[in-house]
Amino acid sequence: MAMSEQPILKVSNVETYYGPIMAIRGVSFEVAKGGIVTILGANGAGKTTVLKTVSGVMDPQKGSVLFEGREIRGMDPDKVMRLGMSHVPEGREVFPFLSVRENLRMGAYTRRDADGVAQDLETVFGYFPVLRERADQRAGSLSGGEQQMLAISRALMARPHLMLLDEPSLGLSPKLVKDIFEIIVRINRERGVTILLVEQNANMALQTADFGYVLEVGRIVMADTCERLMQKEDIKEFYLGIKEQGARGKRRWKKRKTWR
Amino acid sequence: MLGAFVAYMAVVWWGLDYWLAFLISVVTIGAFGAVLDATVLRNVIGQPQFAVVMLTIGLGAMFRTFASVTWGSEIYTLPTPFGGVWNVGGVTLSHQYISIVVGTLILCGALYLFFNHTRVGVAMQATSQNQLAAYYMGIPVKLIFSLIWAISAGVAAAAGILLAPVTLIDINMGLAVALKAFAAAVLGGFGSIPGALAGGIIIGLIELYAGATLPEGFKDTAPYIVLLIMLAVRPQGLFGTLARKKV
Repeated sequence: MAMSEQPILKVSNVETYYGPIMAIRGVSFEVAKGGIVTILGANGAGKTTVLKTVSGVMDPQKGSVLFEGREIRGMDPDKVMRLGMSHVPEGREVFPFLSVRENLRMGAYTRRDADGVAQDLETVFGYFPVLRERADQRAGSLSGGEQQMLAISRALMARPHLMLLDEPSLGLSPKLVKDIFEIIVRINRERGVTILLVEQNANMALQTADFGYVLEVGRIVMADTCERLMQKEDIKEFYLGIKEQGARGKRRWKKRKTWR
Repeated sequence: MLGAFVAYMAVVWWGLDYWLAFLISVVTIGAFGAVLDATVLRNVIGQPQFAVVMLTIGLGAMFRTFASVTWGSEIYTLPTPFGGVWNVGGVTLSHQYISIVVGTLILCGALYLFFNHTRVGVAMQATSQNQLAAYYMGIPVKLIFSLIWAISAGVAAAAGILLAPVTLIDINMGLAVALKAFAAAVLGGFGSIPGALAGGIIIGLIELYAGATLPEGFKDTAPYIVLLIMLAVRPQGLFGTLARKKV
């Protein structure tokens, strides 16, 4: 992963509000081309807001968002998407009454090359064979895990340069989470798609990504390579759930962070 | 209603051919629908659905007033090329009614094909099911909304013109029909074109049989009684489906 190249995404001093409430308070980060970057954070830290601000669903009041060197702040999400950024939203958001195949075709809505689309359809069926079996079923009838696979595949159908993944592990069994993360790595390695991953499952995210940011109450509080992040005491305690035994074998006074 | 008025103007005032007038009317009203979306309706996107309902009811009232100012409250007849009658096995069918049935079938068929087999049509379904996700797919949601309004307005215009020979053109022509159409849509299940057709036929039959067999007055109320029963027993309609979002 060449970190020296110009970053594919550069977010500087972005502030986003929900009405009067400032949800992200001057966040800056970079995503290197070809890498996997993760943003960790607890509930309400502002992870989803960061992604929504990047993809244009929410407009920041301040700051700049550069995608491949281009200012995309304030652009409509469909335009941002056309530039090569796919967003896999939290909670999957498939089209429930369309078939799996139609959902995937919608992912390729912006493309005109029918051959390429058909080829990519085969590729994603290769990643997730279960989707081929269910190709003509309504997406709403799929299980949560299958819907997550569909959501990722759908985003892939646009041949993005950068993929934003919002909590792909949400509500899935540990086995399924592992499978999905393996595919995410394959997508990154095989197709050269840069990935920005937002997760509460810090363990999984840190093992998958190269570089990580930690977001707390709307601010980036830590930024380092994932290897080093995994060694830090705070990360271990609050994000990985590894408890240090105190002198008297009691828990420390600070509340342990918990996951869903 | 507006569609029928436009067609009337084209045929009677400017002396155009019926079919040309039909086309002009559908296109103008369709364009009008798109403009209406871009200027007025877009502002309530993201508000509760009820806001849209209120807004359209309000706009409807405005247009009726506008029409009565422009065209007066007289009743107009639209001359059509469907004059004759057919005798099929002792049943007399006027071409006028046949034109309505055929027109409806063509419209429904075209809409069905459009929504299920074209890229834009499927994108419209997708947008209605999940607006945010549609944005993420790069579907130009705002444009899609305008298109949907254009199509609905165009279809409404076509329906108005088809209906014009039967109900005659006046400022309230759509009201009673719209209410029954609503009953038909609920009966068939919202969002299902075959359902709407079946619902329409059922409502029509109920109305006729109620008129023939039940005491006077039931003819007009029977469809609504059925509607109420339907809502209580099977609110999703005959062909509709309710699906809950999985988490």
